[in-house]
Amino acid sequence: MLTIKDLNVAFRTRRGIVDAVKGISLELGTGETLGIVGESGSGKSVTSYALMRILDAGGTIKAADVTYSGIDLAKATERQMGDIRGREISMIFQNPRAALNPIRKVGHQIEDVLRRHNRATRSDAKAKAIEAMEAVKIRDAASRYEAYPFELSGGMCQRIVIAIALACDPRLLIADEPTTGLDITTQKAVMDLVAELIRDRGMSAIVITHDLGLAAQYCDRIAVMKDGVIVETGPSAEVFGAPKHAYTQRLVDATPRLGATTRSLLPAEARTPEPLHRPSDTPLLEVKSLVKTFAGKSGPVQAVKGISFMVREGETVGLVGESGCGKSTTSSMVVRLMDPTSGQILFAGEDLAKAPAAGFAKDPRRSKIQMVFQDATDSLNPRHTAARAIEEPLRQMTRDGGKARRERVRDLAHLVGLPQHLLDRFPHQLSGGQKARVGIARAIAVDPRFLILDEPTAALDVSIQAVVLNLLVDLRSRLNMSYLFVSHDLNVVRLLCDHVVVMQNGAIVESGPVATVMDAPTNPYTASLIDAAPQPPVRQLAA
Amino acid sequence: MSTAAAAPAAPRQSTLGHIAYVLKDNPVTMLAFAMFAVIILTAFIGPLIAPYDPLASNAARALEAPSWDHWFGTDNLGRDVFSRVLVATRLDLTISVAAVALSFIAGSVLGAAAGYWGGWLDAALSRILDTIMAFPLFVLAMGIVAAMGNTIENIIYATAVINLPFYARLVRAEVNIRRNAGFAQAAKLSGNSDVRVLALHIFPNALPPMMVQISLNLGWAILNAAGLSFIGLGVRPPTPEWGIMVAEGANFIVSGEWWLAFFPGMALVLAVFTFNLLGDGLRDMVDPRRRT
Repeated sequence: MLTIKDLNVAFRTRRGIVDAVKGISLELGTGETLGIVGESGSGKSVTSYALMRILDAGGTIKAADVTYSGIDLAKATERQMGDIRGREISMIFQNPRAALNPIRKVGHQIEDVLRRHNRATRSDAKAKAIEAMEAVKIRDAASRYEAYPFELSGGMCQRIVIAIALACDPRLLIADEPTTGLDITTQKAVMDLVAELIRDRGMSAIVITHDLGLAAQYCDRIAVMKDGVIVETGPSAEVFGAPKHAYTQRLVDATPRLGATTRSLLPAEARTPEPLHRPSDTPLLEVKSLVKTFAGKSGPVQAVKGISFMVREGETVGLVGESGCGKSTTSSMVVRLMDPTSGQILFAGEDLAKAPAAGFAKDPRRSKIQMVFQDATDSLNPRHTAARAIEEPLRQMTRDGGKARRERVRDLAHLVGLPQHLLDRFPHQLSGGQKARVGIARAIAVDPRFLILDEPTAALDVSIQAVVLNLLVDLRSRLNMSYLFVSHDLNVVRLLCDHVVVMQNGAIVESGPVATVMDAPTNPYTASLIDAAPQPPVRQLAA
Repeated sequence: MSTAAAAPAAPRQSTLGHIAYVLKDNPVTMLAFAMFAVIILTAFIGPLIAPYDPLASNAARALEAPSWDHWFGTDNLGRDVFSRVLVATRLDLTISVAAVALSFIAGSVLGAAAGYWGGWLDAALSRILDTIMAFPLFVLAMGIVAAMGNTIENIIYATAVINLPFYARLVRAEVNIRRNAGFAQAAKLSGNSDVRVLALHIFPNALPPMMVQISLNLGWAILNAAGLSFIGLGVRPPTPEWGIMVAEGANFIVSGEWWLAFFPGMALVLAVFTFNLLGDGLRDMVDPRRRT
């Protein structure tokens, strides 16, 4: 149905012409779901934009032969494309909130596309829009029709986006990272819905994702992209089960999965022996019936409802839950950026909750508890170089002179594997993985005993995630630190953690040793989380 | 800024290179900075290069049209207009720079505090600023000068007061969106007190949009000072000042002696134009993201 031959996309930039897509060829049959996987910058999104002809200014399609049911998309006029978009080919975008107009009712936004393609008249548009909302399983569609995007949850917004995309019965659906940023149970619900709709309507689909587990689960065929080139295509089971290309092998290996060790995520040549990890029995941090109540518009809201857990010396505890479960509030309180309403935070026997968060910056125990933030970009001051960022805690909390500090910064950079010449760069001149290293170096600069890791790898590509996870494992044994690892990715938690604590609605629903909880969950919520996590493909080793 | 003083070890050697890059990248910025340099230079050496004493009157040569002797002609007392325009640069620039510096500093402190701590402080400050903004600003400045007395200091204070809300509001918004940014929290974890986090980590990030505001405001401040002088509430004659020269010269335009008002007026136009052009270039210079 869709044939792409030798598609080239180039962008004009300040530094000359950059080829984003270099001669890719693809075929898509009717009723088939094709997954395009690859890491950031591989050109997978650009490919889909080129198909829809919605490239940014400065992007040009060169020498392409893109045939969709006999129409050459590369040469179609803008007017023809206007008819094709939405009616023949539709797209689901990465960020559902950004894809919806924030000041229009969602029902009206569905009507817009119906009216544009003459599928509805003024009189029956509303009924048809509600019908489209019901098709994507939005309960109580008639009242949600009147809602604005900000009144709906992320998953609900994505359903609206899907309803818009499918309103005019397109024959090809392009989904660009459709579930990034959604919780895993929501991700499963949305992807199951998309798969079901595709099957029922006999549509074809292209799913663009960085998540191999997702691709393996929902796609018939896979194309692996790297640097604008397709390195391997084939049926999913084959591509992931027995990858031929070295890059695909690396990608499959780097994805955290059942039965993997942190070292096995790395390419074979980088696998040094895993350091010994022996947590002791001495408790380092004890949280006792911690409560946080916020003043909400309709009365007080209890974000954390009296939770208790313990982290022993040298141990890593995973704090797992979906967005809004209170795990970020908990980590803010433990790291002393926020005061708890009640409860105790015993750190090495002393109650930290007694020292107010406002003055904790000057507390002698400040250097003992540090944190690595979720978004490495956001957590680095855009005006400070990498060296300055790492130096900051040393400047405030040690008596070292300028020379000693610079020495220490160089040592730390070496410790986290950040090349020395990058120290003079500003955050925007660093890649995601490099920024993550700067954030880790800053957190360990003052020899903390306890480190809170707030989804440190959530924004990273799998291969970089593999390197960062290994770095964390090395640092843990080398500096004898304990971690509180906040994450929603159960596969990563299983790799890194000794104990796991599962939170839901501000309360702990289950906790225990990681293997026990993961393999035999007793709580139904834990079970549903584990069930919803896409199972990454396991590479079969040639016998 | 203060960050530079606190960080002698940080790599600052690239700053000059970055400024050169910004200038080369944009010819308009280059032109603006060249004109700005000329104005600054005139302000410093104006009295030295002025061909005549700006205050010396010569009744024999009153109201002469521009000539080789007197490039911009002479005024009704026979004073050389060119010399007076040159010498006035220093005074006008001093007034505008001092006024903008005052409102920048005061506005930054107030706005940053309101944006960072919020609550009743924010509410109180915002309402006070709204009150200032509710006056017709020029009339407010007139009132301040009239009430406090006709001196250069008071012109500066009045100009600073009417510009203050613009800075305070801008800084408040810029600080507010970064109050809970990851890097601000990270700075707290690094042992920085709230004041340090605000002054050294959050506030410098508000500088790029502030630079645009500063350059626009320099132009307004010059116009404001000239306007006050024009209506007689400012610098007093015979001190050379562009606004007062335009005011005095205006009486003679009807009788055909246009040069009395035209040349100081052009000087004003040129200065305001330069400041307005300067903004984008200044912003690019203080924005680290422009460094690649």
